[in-house]
Amino acid sequence: MSISETDSLSHADLSHLRGQFPILSQTVHGKPLIFLDSAASAQKPDVVIDGMAEMMRSQYANIHRGLHWMSERSTEAYEAARSRVAEFLGAGSREEIIFTHNSTEAINLVAYSYGSLIRPGQAVLISEMEHHANLVPWQMLRDRAGIELRVAPISDDGDLDLDAYGALLSDGKVALVAVTHMSNVLGTVTPAARLVEMAHSAGAKILLDGSQAVVHRRVNVRELDADFYTFTGHKLYGPTGIGVLYGRRELLEAMPPFMGGGDMISSVTFEKSIWAPVPAKFEAGTPAIVEAVGLGIAIDWMESVGFDMIEAHEAALTKHALRVLTDVPGLSIVGKPRDRGGVVSFTMDDVHPHDIATLLDRNGIAVRAGHHCAEPLMRRLGLTATARASFAVYTTEHEIDVLAATLRHIRQFFV
Amino acid sequence: MDACSLYDAVIVARSRSPQYSGAAKAETARAQGTNPLCGDRVRLSLCEERDGIRDLRHETRGCAICIASTDLMAETVTGRTKADALELARRFTDMLNSQSSSADLDGEAGLPGVLQAFLPLRTHRSRLRCATLPWTALGEALKHD
Repeated sequence: MSISETDSLSHADLSHLRGQFPILSQTVHGKPLIFLDSAASAQKPDVVIDGMAEMMRSQYANIHRGLHWMSERSTEAYEAARSRVAEFLGAGSREEIIFTHNSTEAINLVAYSYGSLIRPGQAVLISEMEHHANLVPWQMLRDRAGIELRVAPISDDGDLDLDAYGALLSDGKVALVAVTHMSNVLGTVTPAARLVEMAHSAGAKILLDGSQAVVHRRVNVRELDADFYTFTGHKLYGPTGIGVLYGRRELLEAMPPFMGGGDMISSVTFEKSIWAPVPAKFEAGTPAIVEAVGLGIAIDWMESVGFDMIEAHEAALTKHALRVLTDVPGLSIVGKPRDRGGVVSFTMDDVHPHDIATLLDRNGIAVRAGHHCAEPLMRRLGLTATARASFAVYTTEHEIDVLAATLRHIRQFFV
Repeated sequence: MDACSLYDAVIVARSRSPQYSGAAKAETARAQGTNPLCGDRVRLSLCEERDGIRDLRHETRGCAICIASTDLMAETVTGRTKADALELARRFTDMLNSQSSSADLDGEAGLPGVLQAFLPLRTHRSRLRCATLPWTALGEALKHD
């Protein structure tokens, strides 16, 4: 492993950190695994894996409803995870944290519930670089409620066009803005505080899709003044099946429930039901109890590494990747955003991204290839697919060097 | 670099320089196949006569497997009767979908040698569709005339 002196994590720190991820010592096709697909889903440290297993071994029962010791312990662990997430995001109170199954469900919850308060003649504003998860729910709302769906353009470099964004807000018809905090394709980190300020000035509420951003940078929803913020556990070194919706309390209280069922009511008769207070109103049925606890452990783990360290390490990796990948003949990096997180999409002339991904895989290197659930963005960029390397706290510069060297061989093979 | 058996020399050669690209002279049918997962698109242009497929040309936007599969399909079905071509499409697809990695399945008997270059796809199931896309489009084209 060659770690440059620009890395904030020392060689020893990084080795120790990687040692906490058992999967990183696996081999694939006889080669050491180089996992550069963390933006799709990150690997899990031992503490998350063991913590979840330990809960199922020793302190597990359904929550909120049991009067027995096990249920009380489970409830405490689940609610402690909620408090942990609230603290992590800088929420005003723990009741502002709704557990969902993923970020997609969190966005759908807002589109369905807050969306039911949006009237015909009003609009929802998204951007050209949204993941399908922050696009399709709004199209469904548009078709269901007869509202308008507006799309803020991006520049060729992959930055949101703030003038156009402002112009789309200017008639005061936008009820809700829903934009990404970091693009999963371009790596663009959007100027969230500015977007919030502009939305609020135009009388709109704003949802930020933080699925990518929250992994790489410290996010404080109150400092951002966001109305809604969503993310998913599995990209944050936690388990699948757990996502988070932060919502400003007064908004959540004014919104109707998303799904009906157990745990989300105060009382039920055949004539009517009375909703439970937030957050329970939005958590119908048995939630992902162990996964929520796993997410809390993952957050603790990230905090123990330190966000300053994570940010500095990933910034150094991204800078290194941009440099060494640019040197690969025929390789074009997609986008040149002003502020980029640890995601680099690229194409190579005459070599299809799927062939790139298959051949990298044969050499132990996992990347994503395709449209990355962002087809309209691909069309905007004039592409059908890209290959994407994404970095995590456990990624090393050496791994990026191996990626670049293998890409050179792949090009020679095809061209 | 491990190039893996998936990229047989004939596949790489045909993806670089397809021999059957373009449009059929005296075109009688067209078909298109797309794979929404990766954006691959195959456009076929056929000239059919009473005794079979006289000419088959294509414009393919896709990966090496897809381009080579389309080009080798054009080569192997040209001159065949419609029934023969459909039977070949079925056998090729069956061969790829077979769970067995053995090379001596019944389904492969009678498959032209060049098509056997795609056999290693059996262990890369996420890429199967790349090879079968043109055959599906051909089936559609032949069904509709």
